[in-house]
Amino acid sequence: MAEMMTSSVSTPDDSGFAFRRKVKNHVMKAVLYGSATVTVSLLLFLIGYLTYKGSQYITIELLTSQTSYIKGTIGILPNLVNTLYLIFITMVLALPISIGAAVYLTEYATNRKLVKLVEFAAGTLVGIPSIVFGLVGMLLFTQLMGLQQGLLAGGLTLVIMIMPTIMRTTQESLKSVPNAYREGALALGAGKWRTIRTVVLPNAVNGIVTGSILAVGRIVSESAALLFTAGFGLVLHGFIQSLEASSATLTVALYVYASERGETGVAFAIALILMIVTFILNIAATYGASKLKK
Amino acid sequence: MKQISSKQQMVEKGMYAFFLFCGILTIGFVLCISVYLIIAGIPAIQKIGLFDFLFGTEWSSTATTTDPKFGILPFILTSIYGTAGAIVIGVPVGLMTALFLAKIAPPKIAHVVRAAVQLLAGIPSVVYGLVGMIVLVPWIQDFFNLSSGATLLAAIVVLSIMVLPEIINVADTSLCAVPKEYEEASIALGATKIETYFRVSLLAAKSGIAAAIVLGVGRAIGEAMAIIMVSGNVANMPGLLDSVRFMTTAIVSEMSYAAVGSLQRDALFSIGLVLFLFIMMINILFDRLIAGRKS
Repeated sequence: MAEMMTSSVSTPDDSGFAFRRKVKNHVMKAVLYGSATVTVSLLLFLIGYLTYKGSQYITIELLTSQTSYIKGTIGILPNLVNTLYLIFITMVLALPISIGAAVYLTEYATNRKLVKLVEFAAGTLVGIPSIVFGLVGMLLFTQLMGLQQGLLAGGLTLVIMIMPTIMRTTQESLKSVPNAYREGALALGAGKWRTIRTVVLPNAVNGIVTGSILAVGRIVSESAALLFTAGFGLVLHGFIQSLEASSATLTVALYVYASERGETGVAFAIALILMIVTFILNIAATYGASKLKK
Repeated sequence: MKQISSKQQMVEKGMYAFFLFCGILTIGFVLCISVYLIIAGIPAIQKIGLFDFLFGTEWSSTATTTDPKFGILPFILTSIYGTAGAIVIGVPVGLMTALFLAKIAPPKIAHVVRAAVQLLAGIPSVVYGLVGMIVLVPWIQDFFNLSSGATLLAAIVVLSIMVLPEIINVADTSLCAVPKEYEEASIALGATKIETYFRVSLLAAKSGIAAAIVLGVGRAIGEAMAIIMVSGNVANMPGLLDSVRFMTTAIVSEMSYAAVGSLQRDALFSIGLVLFLFIMMINILFDRLIAGRKS
């Protein structure tokens, strides 16, 4: 950079400077292209490698059975099911409160300081590492509230984690609902709540959906917060049972198989599934967000 | 008429209470997390002594023949070195990619690269850990002729890849927001486009870029699952080619077997508290930078 500073004072007839300046320009351009290439090739490598490794191990049997020492089988059905259960529990609990919070901030709140404080708190929650959520979730839900390790404790922990995500996108789209809609409804005699329910929220569906997709993506890829709240269990349970029985999601199972059981094949199969699922969710969220902008 | 309206008023009031409750819930969560971490983290620090805990160089929580030692300096330093390493590698690559995206990429290519960055951001950390464990660790082992490739270096490489998407996103956004006039003025004065981007655009976007770096620091210092799989997990003082343990991975590796009520378990909560304090400082810094950019 410092050298480039000096080159800029070159005069037009100074061909040595001009030449060096030209070379530097090309070098810097190459650096920019190179960096972008590195970023993209990282992704291509991951896609290629995981597809190659994972596809060797994904079988129908792996997807539809559970791991059992007695039968000598390895299967990830319980983890697939647990992940779906966890998404369900977390979203059912998180959606109403996140949307509620967004509605409060855009429709009701008059105190700017309070709004700022809430937004700061939401920002703080986004920045807290998931292992810290795991610790607090363990303390709060299993120790204080006396829940057993299981998907309910895990889901409650994740609710705290993903609430800001849904809240923010919902807020975005609530802000984009024209004020004339609200005034129209109020003028027709609708109360505030009725206005929100029948006019404001239906026009904010895009943001809610986008936030939900992002939130599901985070639930699917979360692992550190679940270790001590949802647990490591690899046994298949029914929904009610799994709420308070140690149940590993796909990510936690990947960790268990890779680092504790030395079953890297199973881990790669799970990794491929996780990659495909997160890609689909990502593309859906990006599509949703682009609609949101319009 | 009056009855209807009073019933309606009840509903209105009820809904208002519900929304208000949801609204302040995030504040409640943050308070709750802070209070619980402090309550859970203080006892062990009191028992061990603040100085011995923070600056003790030896961690042997399960020693039976000698007294167990609870010094977390190795973890703190490992976390700091690991984060610094990730930033040193991740920021230049991320920043240059962002500059490429915001300034010189043709729209179609920019679209593809941005999509790739989003996808990288979405990949779960355990997947990064797995690939690091199977590809990177053996490679480092062969290259440096080590008995095990699970080292701080491996963790740094994995972390620098993981912080990349966020650095690119934030830097890209702030570079795109640089007023066109600044760049046009520079070009009118005879600078080439590339010179303008490096000397004018980067400077004009500096608070956004600083925010991107701070965000990357926060992500790197809080990451647990990816690096526990590649860093060897031994409580050494950090060295680039040694097996190391981070603050986050110390919690993960011992929490599952630490007995409830034991000093070991309490000390793990204290590590959580120290980590939390680090993160809060980073968050406040990030908030300041963002606020600075808006005004």
